[in-house]
Amino acid sequence: MKGYTATLPGGEAIYYVDRKRWFWMMSVLYPLQPLLGIWLHSTTGTQAWLLLPLFIGYVIVPLADWMIGEDTNNPPEEVVLQLDRDRYYRVLTFLVVPLHFISLIGSAWWAGTQSLSWWSFLGLAVVAGITSGLGINTGHELGHKKGRLERTLAKIVLAVPVYGHFWVEHNRGHHRDVSTPDDPASARMGENIYKFALREIPGAFFRAWAIEKDRLVRRDRSAWDADNQILQSMLLSLLLQLGLLVMFGWKMIPFLVVHNVLAWWQLTSANYIEHYGLLRAKDSNGRFERCLPHHSWNSNHVLSNLVLFHLQRHSDHHAHPLRRYQSLRHFNDLPTLPNGYFGVYLLAYVPWLWYRVMDHRLLALPHIAGDLSRVNIDPDRRDAILEKYCATGASSA
Amino acid sequence: MSEFKCPECGYTYDEAVGDPHEGYSPGTRFENLPDDFACPDCSVRFKEDFEKA
Ligand SMILES: [Zn+2]
Repeated sequence: MKGYTATLPGGEAIYYVDRKRWFWMMSVLYPLQPLLGIWLHSTTGTQAWLLLPLFIGYVIVPLADWMIGEDTNNPPEEVVLQLDRDRYYRVLTFLVVPLHFISLIGSAWWAGTQSLSWWSFLGLAVVAGITSGLGINTGHELGHKKGRLERTLAKIVLAVPVYGHFWVEHNRGHHRDVSTPDDPASARMGENIYKFALREIPGAFFRAWAIEKDRLVRRDRSAWDADNQILQSMLLSLLLQLGLLVMFGWKMIPFLVVHNVLAWWQLTSANYIEHYGLLRAKDSNGRFERCLPHHSWNSNHVLSNLVLFHLQRHSDHHAHPLRRYQSLRHFNDLPTLPNGYFGVYLLAYVPWLWYRVMDHRLLALPHIAGDLSRVNIDPDRRDAILEKYCATGASSA
Repeated sequence: MSEFKCPECGYTYDEAVGDPHEGYSPGTRFENLPDDFACPDCSVRFKEDFEKA
């Protein structure tokens, strides 16, 4: 197995082997799940197999996260440069790009050509949408890099979930404003995910548009210029979805509507849990402090990280946005999610349960210690939250 | 003409080259960049964080 040698500051030579190296292929294969369901349906004749990916994502993976647990190991800092230069890791993120297209086209083909019951048609559209939502994760990893190829591939893969504005929005908007009240993609304490979605989905689009328009204006171009990076990706989405409509007929209209909404919902779910309630303090000049690891919720759960290119090591990601997935670190005393993303999404979908689990975790964080002035609170819920938690005297701290 | 470097990601703004993709033509002084200029590569460091190289 491939390893890296390095010398520690004390002079000691080390040999490091990345035990997860081959397991990262799971992030490449995971988006092929809809095709697994289709294959099982075609060989057994049982339509329920089409829903298998839902069972894998929301039952098997959370259970496996719970049973296998967390991995807090970090690669030694001395080998990180070698790890980053190792092309293998990069190639995996390239390979998954066409697979996202294949998964969507394959699912659309099956939905458009088979006589499915209404529930399995709907289920297949949901599965396809959730899987395309994972394309945002792929585009996320690629889009954070400086290379032209990686950035171009990011914009191409973002066409699958119809989220062409993500590159501008996430890299130039969300990272700049994260964990502040100004950020439509950071959830506030007391804000349920459904309310958040209505703020996040339009808010993110308009912020991206404004940022891209500013750039084009500086270049003396119109916002509708061919150089608009949002429109480039959206055009590809339009061609892809029109192509599906022409090939597989009117059934594609409900299929793609459900698919697109679910794909966006995946990003909403991730955004909701990644910074819930967290707030960067303002310094004496009125500037928000820079984003530190404790401004993002983290999860070290092994299996879900292996299928998401380490997205859940989100604390290090926001503090150091260009760090490659294989090199992301765990730190002590981070805001920690109780399960991997897929399990935590289920909590988020049931707001009373979410508040029950997360609000105490939030207030107990070392840098908050029950001080509500250090929390990003939904203004509509502020009075109720102050009453609830101040009356008990920050007992959670 | 000077160069200014992002302390987080190493992005370098070279006044002689500018950053045409971002709309800053060659010769644009660093001090003339917008006050809310964020690093075009990482977006987590701002104009006042940049170091003269
Ligand atoms: Zn930077």
